[in-house]
Amino acid sequence: MLDVGAIESMARRLRCDVVEMLAEAGSGHPGGSLSAADIVAALYFGVMEHDPKRPDMPERDRFILSKGHAAPVLYAALAEAGYFPRENLKTLRKLGSMLQGHPDSTKTPGVEVSTGSLGNGLAISNGIALGLRLRGQDEQRVFCLMGDGELQEGLVWEAAMFAAQQKLERVIAIVDRNGLQIDGRTSEVVAVDPIAEKFRAFGWEAMNCDGHDVRAILTAIDGASGRHGKPTVIVADTVKGAGVSFMEDRCEWHGTAPSAEQAEAALAELEQMPDNA
Amino acid sequence: MGDKRATREAFGETLIELAREGRDDVVALDADLAKSTTTAKFAAEYPERFFDVGIAEQNMVDTAAGLAATGFTPFTGSFAVFATGRAYDQVRNTVCYSNLSVKLCPTHAGVTVGPDGGSHEMIEDIALMRVLPRMRVLVPADYTAAKWAVRAAASTPGPFYVRLGRATVGAVYPDDFAFELGRANVLREGSDVTLVACGVMVERALAAAELLAAQGTSAEVIDAVSIKPLDGDTIVASAGKTGAVVTCEEHSIIGGLGSAVAEVLGERHPVPLVRVGVNDTFGTSGDPEELMRHFGLTAEDVAQAAGKLLSR
Repeated sequence: MLDVGAIESMARRLRCDVVEMLAEAGSGHPGGSLSAADIVAALYFGVMEHDPKRPDMPERDRFILSKGHAAPVLYAALAEAGYFPRENLKTLRKLGSMLQGHPDSTKTPGVEVSTGSLGNGLAISNGIALGLRLRGQDEQRVFCLMGDGELQEGLVWEAAMFAAQQKLERVIAIVDRNGLQIDGRTSEVVAVDPIAEKFRAFGWEAMNCDGHDVRAILTAIDGASGRHGKPTVIVADTVKGAGVSFMEDRCEWHGTAPSAEQAEAALAELEQMPDNA
Repeated sequence: MGDKRATREAFGETLIELAREGRDDVVALDADLAKSTTTAKFAAEYPERFFDVGIAEQNMVDTAAGLAATGFTPFTGSFAVFATGRAYDQVRNTVCYSNLSVKLCPTHAGVTVGPDGGSHEMIEDIALMRVLPRMRVLVPADYTAAKWAVRAAASTPGPFYVRLGRATVGAVYPDDFAFELGRANVLREGSDVTLVACGVMVERALAAAELLAAQGTSAEVIDAVSIKPLDGDTIVASAGKTGAVVTCEEHSIIGGLGSAVAEVLGERHPVPLVRVGVNDTFGTSGDPEELMRHFGLTAEDVAQAAGKLLSR
């Protein structure tokens, strides 16, 4: 596990990878990848038990990227961790690539289950948690990263009820609450707030944290890993496009790749980004 | 050969058998229909391996996918209309796209659901499932075939759809019949016309062959229990012999068995063909046998369709 400073550096590397990958691919989703970078870095380099050399190691923690369009940041983390060579990142979204536009578990080592159609990750995570419990492996945790717009999918709430019913205390959902979706502000399309209160009403433990503060993320996850008979949700407040000023908090950058010039500007900015931004 | 039984009865019973035989990986899920689908029988014996997700079919399929991702072999219940239509995104994007060993075995397929009416009579499910890459589709004709289908799903990795029914059907197969995945079974040999059937229509196709025999027409009857993979060789060989094919299904004539057979014959051995099934309309309330008459799915209807085809 890396310390906080090293995780912050890693988060910046993931952001640079994301920008480079998307510029090379010519399409993809920068906004939600950048907003999730600190969370993903914290999980892969500061929290989860996993072994890039043995992606199917039974006693691993699981990660499900329910907001599958943030695949670039997941791929960057998997590459930096050593699941596959970093050169592969250049093949994102190209014919024959192991890195599909959205996560494909049949192609990419380290991807547990395919996602991309929103709203599915939490129910999948519940099934994994049930399976681990049946196997007596209840040390392992299942992390599910969702977007806040994604919470508009009804299935999320079917899964939320079920997780509480089954007392799936090893399920830890993290909401990347960047407040934007394709058509605009989440609050103006269909409001999902207050998120923590909704999950509490559904029988969950819920907490909020700053989704760009690695130390706060680690503290929240640490608190979520207790034995209280309830699943936990961490509502992580983030900024869409975080780290690249011209992308920040702009829904146009949900699904548009940067041009070569824009990528250059973004990388220059990321290189100067302080670790505790 | 035993009494008339519903194919759904084989579901829970076979799951129990598999568990008793040491298949510790077999688990079951249902969506508030455990008694109707018979998963409740499995739940009674193996409560720790059964999960009722409530009235939430999408949740059922994704939860099953998660269980499959941890090495279990989950079987899901619910009714055919909800397990496919309501949860199509989960079946497609989670189960099939991830190539997970989730076994969908919904019951109450077809118009023989009866009085519940068109909202519950699923006649598009074979089409919906057949088109999915990696999905295998089995439509058993009787209790014995249904037991085999559940076992075939349990012993073959990957996604499966096993279509089960509520209505009781007569036994078509002896208890010890040797089924094979991907093989159609020639149940009666004939030379004038081929009747290719699946599910509850197999019994009726056999009866239709009797009616045709009385009129001097020799009908070959094939049970296409494995709709995907489809046994094209057996169907083409039979069409080559008889030169005319009638497909029989308790399903829309669009996209189901009739379409699958037409695709194979169209490419490999075109012959005159007629599809007996529900003709692009929804189901309706009624007694199951009454509905089979209403939709033209009786042995007489099949015999008549064959007669018309041969006089064309």
